[in-house]
Amino acid sequence: MLKKIPFWFAYVFLYVPILVVVVMSVNAGDSPYSWSGFGLGWYAELAHDQEIRTGLVNTLIVAAGSTAIATVLGTMLAVGLARHTRSKVLDAIATLPVILPDIVMAIGLLAFYSLIQLTLGLYSVLLAHAVFGTAAVAAVVRTRLTSADPALEEASRDLGANGLTTFLRITLPTLAPGIVAGALLAFTLSVDEFVIAFFTAGPQSPTLPIVIYSMVRFGVTPEINALATVLLAVTFTAILAVQRLTRLTERR
Amino acid sequence: MKAKLERITLLGPGLGYLTALMVVPLALVLSYTIFQRGRFGGLVYEPTTENFRRAVDPLYLDVLVTSVWIAGVTTLLALLIGYPTAYVIAHLPKRAKTIALVALVLPFWTNFLIRTYAWIVLLSPAGLVNDALTGWGLVDEPLQLLYTKPAIIAGLLYSYLPLMVLPLYASLEKQDGHLLEAAANLGARPARAFWTVTLPLTLPAMLTGCVFVFVPSLGNFVVPELLGGGRTAMVGNLVRDQFLKARDWPFGATLALAVVAMLVVLLLIQAWSGRRLQGSDHA
Amino acid sequence: MTSLLTITDVRRSFGDVTALDGVSLDIREGEFFALLGPSGCGKTTLLRILAGFESPDAGTVTLGADDLTAIPAHRRPVNLMFQSYALFPHLSVEKNVAYGLEREKLGRAEIRERVGEVLDRVGLAGAAKRRPHQLSGGQRQRVALARAIVKRPRLLLLDEPLSALDRKVRAEMQLWLKQLQHEVGITFVVVTHDQEEAMSMADRIAVLNHGRVEQVDTPVALYGAPRTHFVADFIGGNNFFAGTAVPGGLLDGTVLPGLPSVPDTIAEGDAAVLAVRPEQIRIGTGLDDAVLRGTVLDVSFYGGTSRFAVRVADRATPIQVQRQGAPGFVPDQEVDLSWSEAEAVLIQPAASG
Repeated sequence: MLKKIPFWFAYVFLYVPILVVVVMSVNAGDSPYSWSGFGLGWYAELAHDQEIRTGLVNTLIVAAGSTAIATVLGTMLAVGLARHTRSKVLDAIATLPVILPDIVMAIGLLAFYSLIQLTLGLYSVLLAHAVFGTAAVAAVVRTRLTSADPALEEASRDLGANGLTTFLRITLPTLAPGIVAGALLAFTLSVDEFVIAFFTAGPQSPTLPIVIYSMVRFGVTPEINALATVLLAVTFTAILAVQRLTRLTERR
Repeated sequence: MKAKLERITLLGPGLGYLTALMVVPLALVLSYTIFQRGRFGGLVYEPTTENFRRAVDPLYLDVLVTSVWIAGVTTLLALLIGYPTAYVIAHLPKRAKTIALVALVLPFWTNFLIRTYAWIVLLSPAGLVNDALTGWGLVDEPLQLLYTKPAIIAGLLYSYLPLMVLPLYASLEKQDGHLLEAAANLGARPARAFWTVTLPLTLPAMLTGCVFVFVPSLGNFVVPELLGGGRTAMVGNLVRDQFLKARDWPFGATLALAVVAMLVVLLLIQAWSGRRLQGSDHA
Repeated sequence: MTSLLTITDVRRSFGDVTALDGVSLDIREGEFFALLGPSGCGKTTLLRILAGFESPDAGTVTLGADDLTAIPAHRRPVNLMFQSYALFPHLSVEKNVAYGLEREKLGRAEIRERVGEVLDRVGLAGAAKRRPHQLSGGQRQRVALARAIVKRPRLLLLDEPLSALDRKVRAEMQLWLKQLQHEVGITFVVVTHDQEEAMSMADRIAVLNHGRVEQVDTPVALYGAPRTHFVADFIGGNNFFAGTAVPGGLLDGTVLPGLPSVPDTIAEGDAAVLAVRPEQIRIGTGLDDAVLRGTVLDVSFYGGTSRFAVRVADRATPIQVQRQGAPGFVPDQEVDLSWSEAEAVLIQPAASG
């Protein structure tokens, strides 16, 4: 039992802060820290917050757009890397966005955008998010590819299909679960991403994390507790749904 | 010929995109380190070593050292908590294992700022921790918990602990159970078998976890700002300020290079430890 | 001969599955003993009980005068060569071999000497500094063996020692293992599903089936005088006939000659099975002592030997016959088959289920 202490500590450590935020979100009083009775007032406040609504819309636009780019580029890249090259350099380029510290990528992109004199806006964030999105999709699809049988593609060619037909009719359907998983990952990463967005977003187009950042920075209000709880609920539901979904598709 | 066309069609767009928006920006950052800052921000393309000289000025070197120290302590704590956690998870029955793993990554998928914010709520003078301490009569006055180094470490640890547990779990999970039986058969007590077999075989995973925790901790500027209250600046804060406030991009780039350099060194160590076990299941 | 290991009425179940159903065995000092049986017969469970990775639900295991089950795995004077070899991938060959000696807290010099000695013996002195993944399958096996024998155990267990090797290396290893056992004088217990492996190496073999010992005997006795239907079927090829015991054979329409493998176990009039090996049957035309008459169905030539399938009227399965040299008969040819009483055995029919 003694050996399990760090294990239990880890889970308590991970969940206590979240629980405190959730409990405080239904606090009637003005303090984000101390309890003064049940109330849903802060959720009402949240629903009417224009800034948060703008941030949310921006975030969804960025996430959807970058995921679309990332899914197409990442899938092609994964197939190309797995089937058509053995270059270590290309491999490294495709995995670099995953390990590179976000701040380094953020200043690089800022420098690059300023060099080509691109005015920062929402699309500059979108293009930036597509970079790590592509790497994420490529990584997930590649793991799926390594478990897929290359003989399927060879069989298709042997039966007279050309490269494009084989790609569309054989490769893509086999990879579909991997592509969906990769796209979901790219979307989640984009929704959550703060540092790169902070550096590359125009002043008129803050994403939701940027809005949260400024709220937290300029004073803690219980409204953040409510917002945090809503976000937690959405992510938890999404993760559990994905979990259920992958279990179902794997069983088939 | 046809194969070549196919290769270019598949690889071209993705690699082109990553080159334009990652390789080129990185090269830019790297090249900025040897240029000078213009009078009103911007760049003067005259080579200089001034940026590097400034980076080792005690004022900034101190920040670098503090950053490495904080990221190092965070990594060490993550390892000390994460290893036993991964070990317990790896030995759970199948169903409990799935639940434990999902529970481990769930908080990780919630917004990073929210996770940091939760610690402000916990650690503030009127927060839960101080409430508990004063309530139990352990202290008379609320302690200054927020805006301290331990607060930064707690915040970083909270954000990156799963990144330590996951690679360790993966490595422990696939370890051949016969190896421990072999160790017992050759006369090793369970504790001895752990130190001589399990631990060395999970060394590459330990280093992977350390890279995963150390690198983002080092470059982080949100946690030091929100939980450190600006009193304890880390290298990430310096980089951010050089780019967004002081507009001294060359110097900011030089500081960022220090972070990248540490990343490279860690990756090399990690690759080396993996190669030592090459051919085994644990490479 | 003194007995080294005594296993008495050992039982072990996993949930509803009974792995060992009252196993008793006596293994002698210095013997090369084999536990033989199909997968799921309980041999692996028995091996794991001997090594200390499992404990029996009931029964006793004693090694010399000691109760083995009371000793934890890491203190038993029993070493095991794993089927997968379980070499430590992060340690060199010599460190793998030294691992067990270091646990005994021996001096450095002595460890070095004994490791050198055993690596010499297994012919791997030149590979001492290599890692397991740099070795061939046969070399890995010898490291695993060296690692186990360097501890000078009273009992060495070998789990399917040859199964991971290809055919050619197997034959070499088989011979080498036997020689080695002779030289080091350690009692070897081999667990295997491969009858050839057991027959060629072991002094005595215990045949296990469904968690029970079917028969313990020398290879020759197992082959020549199987006591049960399972043993007769599992070891070597056999033709089986079911019928009623009569003096000197089995009544099955005609009288087929044969004698009980264990005297006095089968009385006249009992239901019995007669087993006759393909190579005990003479095949020819116009034999004086023909037992059966039939038609050649199929002929195959294996170099040194030829095999025939002969169809006999009113019998569902063709009879398998083997003889030395070239076939000499062709399909559809009428042939006589014969054997004598001493060349076939009468055994009790398999218990139902």
